[in-house]
Amino acid sequence: MPTQLSRPSPASDAGLAPLRLCLRRDARPETRAIEISLRVPTDLEVVEEAVDLIARHCLASGLPARTARFNLRVALAEALANAIIYGNRLDPQKFVDVRVAITPSGFTLHVCDQGDGFDPDRVPDPTRPERLEQPDGRGLFLIRKLVDEVRFNERGNTICMVLRRA
Amino acid sequence: MSFSVRKDARGVVVIGVDGQLIVGNRHELKQKVMDAVEAGERKVLIDFTETGYIDSSGLGALVSLSKKLRDTGGELRLAGLNEDLRTLFELTKLDSLFTVADTTEQALAGF
Repeated sequence: MPTQLSRPSPASDAGLAPLRLCLRRDARPETRAIEISLRVPTDLEVVEEAVDLIARHCLASGLPARTARFNLRVALAEALANAIIYGNRLDPQKFVDVRVAITPSGFTLHVCDQGDGFDPDRVPDPTRPERLEQPDGRGLFLIRKLVDEVRFNERGNTICMVLRRA
Repeated sequence: MSFSVRKDARGVVVIGVDGQLIVGNRHELKQKVMDAVEAGERKVLIDFTETGYIDSSGLGALVSLSKKLRDTGGELRLAGLNEDLRTLFELTKLDSLFTVADTTEQALAGF
């Protein structure tokens, strides 16, 4: 049976909903699997705290320091911002659910919003000369560059990002 | 997170970004640069020496500001990017759009 451990997040600034991180550890020693889940309100102000919480757990589970500080932080922050702005359209009644599976082979992060989804294949390459001076459209591009694998569910409202162990 | 604004003896407006340039504060930076442009300034340097992180919205804000300054005959330059931030500029090919100096002094000397 997996053990479950809930711990309150650090104190948030006044007016921000507290983040509650749930951590499940598989009791079987041969798997050493951990699953983290975190419900994030539709509020850009909490993105940094949410990313920090997840990054700290991944670092403690063996993700290399630079990968945790840079690749994971940038990818997760961009995915959360996209989910909040484009997915949930800043609707404070909605949430973004983050789930992280940590296994011996790597770190798999799911970010799921409550929007209608989108077609990731229709997002243009922001590095094309005619797109270079556009103010937006770089978030998904950066995610693809910084993690080992990116997948979406069919509806397009959940992104799955994989960071493999070296 | 905060921004500091000073004018260098050579007439360059230097804006320091303390902390992060992200979706939550990019409008504040835009406003500071636009205030300087409206006051007649044409040379603006953004100093990232004390900056840990820029997100894609922050990158987009810099792109917009650079274009606005060019449209008024001015120029936006950048300095003090750490290794992670440089990587972001390289990945997005924005290093080809900006003049980026290692330090503010180097940027000011060549402005």
